[in-house]
Amino acid sequence: MALRFEILGRFNRARAAQLTLPHFVCQTPLFMPVGTQGTIKGLTTNQLEEIGCQIILGNTYHLALRPTSELLDEAGGLHKFMNWPRALLTDSGGFQMVSLLHLADITEKGVTFQSPVDGKPMLLTPEESIQIQNRIGADIIMALDDVVRTTITGPRIEEAMYRTLRWIDRCIAAHKRPHEQNLFGIVQGGLDPVLRDICVRGLVDRNLPGYAIGGLAGGEDKDSFWRVVAQCTAALPEDKPRYVMGVGYPLDIVVCSALGADMYDCVYPTRTARFGTALVPEGVLKLKQRAMADDFRPIDPSCSCMVCKNYTRAYIHCLVTKDAMGSQLLSYHNLYYIMQLSRDLHSSIIEGRFPKFVCDFLRKMFPEGDVPEWVCNAMEVAGIDISSCCAPYPFPSYQEHNSENCFREEEIDMKSGRL
Amino acid sequence: MKFNVKAWSGGARAGVLEIGSCPNPIETPALLLSTRKGLPHFISPDLLSSLPYPDCRLLQVSPLHFLEGLPTRNISKIGGLHRMLSLHEYGIAAVVRDSIFCLPQAIGSTKLGASFETPCGRLLIKPKDYMEMISHMGPNIWVALADEVPAWVTDKRNKISVDRTFRWLDDCLALNPAGGCAFGTIVGGSNLEERKRCAEEVAKRNVSGYWIGGFGLGESIDERPPLLTAIMDILPDDKPRMISGLGLPEEVLQGISAGIDLFDSTYVYSLTLGGYALTFPLDKHRNHYNMQLSQIGSDSTKINLRATVYRKDLSPIVANCTCYTCKNHTKAYINHLLNVHEMLAQILLEIHNTHHYLMFFRLIRETIKDGSFEQFRQSFIESRRDHLKGEAVPA
Ligand SMILES: [Zn+2]
Ligand SMILES: [Zn+2]
Repeated sequence: MALRFEILGRFNRARAAQLTLPHFVCQTPLFMPVGTQGTIKGLTTNQLEEIGCQIILGNTYHLALRPTSELLDEAGGLHKFMNWPRALLTDSGGFQMVSLLHLADITEKGVTFQSPVDGKPMLLTPEESIQIQNRIGADIIMALDDVVRTTITGPRIEEAMYRTLRWIDRCIAAHKRPHEQNLFGIVQGGLDPVLRDICVRGLVDRNLPGYAIGGLAGGEDKDSFWRVVAQCTAALPEDKPRYVMGVGYPLDIVVCSALGADMYDCVYPTRTARFGTALVPEGVLKLKQRAMADDFRPIDPSCSCMVCKNYTRAYIHCLVTKDAMGSQLLSYHNLYYIMQLSRDLHSSIIEGRFPKFVCDFLRKMFPEGDVPEWVCNAMEVAGIDISSCCAPYPFPSYQEHNSENCFREEEIDMKSGRL
Repeated sequence: MKFNVKAWSGGARAGVLEIGSCPNPIETPALLLSTRKGLPHFISPDLLSSLPYPDCRLLQVSPLHFLEGLPTRNISKIGGLHRMLSLHEYGIAAVVRDSIFCLPQAIGSTKLGASFETPCGRLLIKPKDYMEMISHMGPNIWVALADEVPAWVTDKRNKISVDRTFRWLDDCLALNPAGGCAFGTIVGGSNLEERKRCAEEVAKRNVSGYWIGGFGLGESIDERPPLLTAIMDILPDDKPRMISGLGLPEEVLQGISAGIDLFDSTYVYSLTLGGYALTFPLDKHRNHYNMQLSQIGSDSTKINLRATVYRKDLSPIVANCTCYTCKNHTKAYINHLLNVHEMLAQILLEIHNTHHYLMFFRLIRETIKDGSFEQFRQSFIESRRDHLKGEAVPA
């Protein structure tokens, strides 16, 4: 084990902790931006430090293709290669293969796929995934799991869960740098509470440095989503970090943190920036809209990032989706926004004002009090009274609720599922 | 705006330009950073301040960029360009064309206005429209609208271009926008007499400086010196001279040798897009430059970071370079970023290339001040020629 996890404060299930990793001392809850190919699109590493990023995620599949794990090893690991002094996490590569390559096939040996380089069949085994991740050298590495879409049902879910448990032992056995890198296991089991329970118990028996809740944020309904998170966080050990994979909507981060999760990752904040969308307390702001050309306010008047301190919506409007600078500035703001959210979660839990923070957050996002039912249900389980920001009667379907051209996240194209 | 020439070395001159918004005077010859909608193409404002100071404080902005998405009256509502860009301590020069996305289209120009090929299609800009944009934007310097023509047009068309250009200059000056210093434009293509005629007429006008147009539009590099010299002989010495269309180090040296003070940095942009990094030594005492191992697309002034030879090269682009890129990243990393089409490659390259070119200008100013400019220029050009000759010899 190469980490220390100290809980600094709690509110019911929610916790604020200090996670000490080989390269950085992190404060949780935290969000990890996705730097697929050894860079967060359009931002320099010193900007990422300024923004307050603590851990960056690298995608093993992409890095293994280019620049290759051998080269990263020669260069002294990904930290040195990209000059990132803080913490890194790499995924196992399995999810990328299954989602990016149509011909991927999962067998007991591993994930078979067609090489995107020469088309030859290739095999990624748990051993190989760990070997590659050992070479990349991230602070946290992920076990290879058998990933299935959350929306499918039937025996395949069960098979995947048991295979994930069998593979964890192969991952543990293959892990050569347990004193420098932390291997996290991934809880699978679809939306089935019985399977999730078996998987959690199986993984906890292995006494891993941390645990991830996988197979979510893939297009399942929100009520199923939070229930799986709530079930897993309740069953996972108190003294280990819990990471919900693929979560990046601010609302989801707040809800999962209330349920006792600590870490999140998603391409959403940076990807949506490239499409001209800014994250703001009211939801999102689409800067491509023509009305923005006449809007001389900052993106988010309450934000203190470099972009909001200096630029108007009108100026960003003329940059977005046309010029590189548009996505650079919006990515900067969006990451800053989500890092500030993480910091606010941390401090409000420690300072004992977490429920008030949640209510303020919900009130800004749902000024009409139309907080979605799944959020209300999750907050009840989390023991957080949000009655002060909910309308007394169920709200008649969502509607545009203010004149600031803000939309809720639900209105964004969510078909892509785990972005 | 104040301008003083401090030293001469042959035709080259070193001066000091004081612009109201810049707290420190800027030494010339100087490089104006090429921008897209007011900001450098890839260098965000927080990184901009890491470039050599105050050398990096001059920006060139094309008003045509804002036709895409932001009416210039909104720039005025925001409080002008400096305010909108949050670059209060920078000097901004407005030039219609940007030499990259917005180029003069002589065929479409009429007696009413100049035509440009832009990302929003072909546009006809009349002096009145242009001056309205200028007064909305409030740059420190604005260059009068010109009828620029390529080198290959007929004498008749070239003559029309000169006539129109000083008529438009009068129109622009008559519209007299609030603030901002006017630079008169000199055109005339490759015709010596027309160049002289234009310079003589423009020199009579009440302007704060001059912009030399019509270069980089198809003429050969050898045609330029007599044209430039003829223009400079006519223009008064006490006003700054800006040029567009000269980018390569040799071209810059050629322009400086003729007495030009201000250049644009579109060359840095094209290098950056091509994956190139400037590497020539910035040392005036070193006459014989160490030749880099020759690779495809590389020569003695630059390297192509896409080349596989850099795949495992864990050294910075230039060992003693103090730019953000060289202090933090290796050639191998940039090679990887280029391979996987990541935007950070362009950010890092634009930072290094801009830094390197600004330092090149700093070096040039030193050689002018100590009287060794011509010597420096000759050795620079010869070492490059030798290198090219060396390349031509079959292995
Ligand atoms: Zn902001
Ligand atoms: Zn450099």
